[in-house]
Amino acid sequence: MTTSLVRIEDKLYQNRYLVDAGRPHIKVRQHQSPSSNLLALTLVCPANCYEVNEDGQVEITADGCMECGTCRVLCEESGDIDWSYPRGGFGVLFKFG
Amino acid sequence: MTVEKFDAIVVGAGMSGNAAAYTMASRGLKVLQLERGEYPGSKNVQGAILYANMLETIIPDFRDDAPLERHLVEQRFWVMDDTSHTGMHYRSDDFNEPAPNRYTIIRAQFDKWFSRKVRAAGAIVLCETTATELALDGDGKVIGVHTDREGGIIHAEAVVLAEGVNGLLGTRAGFRKLPKPEAVALAVKEMHFLPEEVIAERFGLSGNQGCVIEAAGTISRGMAGLGFLYTNKESISLGIGCLVSDFAATMERPYALLEAFKGHPSIRPLLAGSEIKEYAAHLIPEGGFKAIPQLFGNGWVVVGDAAQLNNAVHREGSNLAMTSGRIAGEAIAMVKSRGRPMTSENLSLYKAMLDKSFVVKDLRKYKDMPALIHTNSRNFFMTYPQLLSQAAQNFVRVDGTPKIEKERATTAAFVKARSRWGLVSDAVRLALAWR
Ligand SMILES: Cc1cc2nc3c(=O)[nH]c(=O)nc-3n(C[C@H](O)[C@H](O)[C@H](O)COP(=O)(O)OP(=O)(O)OC[C@H]3O[C@@H](n4cnc5c(N)ncnc54)[C@H](O)[C@@H]3O)c2cc1C
Ligand code: SF4
Repeated sequence: MTTSLVRIEDKLYQNRYLVDAGRPHIKVRQHQSPSSNLLALTLVCPANCYEVNEDGQVEITADGCMECGTCRVLCEESGDIDWSYPRGGFGVLFKFG
Repeated sequence: MTVEKFDAIVVGAGMSGNAAAYTMASRGLKVLQLERGEYPGSKNVQGAILYANMLETIIPDFRDDAPLERHLVEQRFWVMDDTSHTGMHYRSDDFNEPAPNRYTIIRAQFDKWFSRKVRAAGAIVLCETTATELALDGDGKVIGVHTDREGGIIHAEAVVLAEGVNGLLGTRAGFRKLPKPEAVALAVKEMHFLPEEVIAERFGLSGNQGCVIEAAGTISRGMAGLGFLYTNKESISLGIGCLVSDFAATMERPYALLEAFKGHPSIRPLLAGSEIKEYAAHLIPEGGFKAIPQLFGNGWVVVGDAAQLNNAVHREGSNLAMTSGRIAGEAIAMVKSRGRPMTSENLSLYKAMLDKSFVVKDLRKYKDMPALIHTNSRNFFMTYPQLLSQAAQNFVRVDGTPKIEKERATTAAFVKARSRWGLVSDAVRLALAWR
């Protein structure tokens, strides 16, 4: 578990981001216990943005987000999350893509 | 005061948007293109193989200055189990032609080049601008877009939605639904840098020749998915993608899959000593013909990945994007030149033209493939690759077992794993979906 977390952070470290501080483009709606898709995001998000907190709820830190849309496809319709693109110029900046 | 009004606004500066903007601007239309990235390409991810023919139709002399990596002379298809691969390689000197057919490219660089052509053709390109919503009049006709810049609605006769697989505007307006998890694959990709001569030596290439590998098998752990390895001039693009529905069901970590693919004994030596410079993730439309949404409406059309125009069987997307963008641009220019309004009825010309192109014809051919792959992923991506590997090993290993017994063992393994009926029905269904 820890090793893979370290690895993903190393991977993201190679990428360039312009973080729009204080204006996250994805928000998780308040919930008591997460739906199965929301919980799946803690493993399936390729940037590891989703985590379970001490109370068993899923939280997001979108700084390393690559804007792939996987979480949107899994959790927008159910209302688990609100998903927008970052403001123009912000977010991930691929040098190669 | 009169409000400035464009003939067309193109949302997105990827393959489809650039093709549309270029086509309309070079026909004299007043075009505004919006791109949310710092520069065109900064948000875009592709393998990436470029199919020359479809770009040539738009920019005939693209080879003069487009940033092309290698022209492909060799294609390898690999079926993998955990320790081996069984391969079909096709290499031909015919691909060393004066105007080669396929190239590898690096999207961030290619999109910048394409965008320069769009500007030179006369379009206004506004980067670092996210379109946030379509603007509609009381009758539901699209009259422009809202952006995250100040200044309110930007007006246009027609809006081209070239916003990619994860586009927000069309779904927010209710013109199409968000793709279902089984209609999109999540791909993760890395860029591995190596000296040019090392790549040439490892793949037996000279000059600008290139080689690509497409791989399937236990690397996707039973999910419907594919791996790829493409040679660029001084780098190797390597990635793996699987259906989002399968990721959610299995809870596999995408980057763990990529790590395992890189560590596979058949892949590892090809990457040895490389320096990784980027990790990227992106969705790929996989729904095929049946997932194509409504393509036009009052004041709008949708092109490229946003319209699910992607041929997953042949791993073609950018060429369908470019072609649909070009055709949409031509259709809008035609409506305009006839002095007609951009109504749904007039814009249906785009669909009529697209239906006649290879884009829709190819997708229609494989219309049953996505469902087949989706519902049988374990057989196609786990069981068969393992059986094929066993069969190949059985065939080549010399250990004193009489050949007739070896053949019987191979047949028995297939029947045991899938039953005779299962084998026949898989073969028939695959043949029907391929037809
Ligand atoms: C890993 C991977 C490998 C692939 N390999 C191949 C391959 O080898 N060959 C091939 O032909 N195809 C391949 N494809 C598919 C190909 O990349 C796509 O089909 C193609 O990029 C689609 O072009 P597009 O213009 O429709 O969308 P995109 O290229 O995604 O462009 C959409 C653009 O719109 C912008 N945008 C989106 N929303 C907004 C907004 N609201 N406001 C402003 N701008 C916005 C985005 O920033 C982006 O620039 C691959 C895809 C992936 C993910
Ligand atoms: S868009 Fe992709 S990278 Fe960003 S949080 Fe969602 S799943 Fe993770």
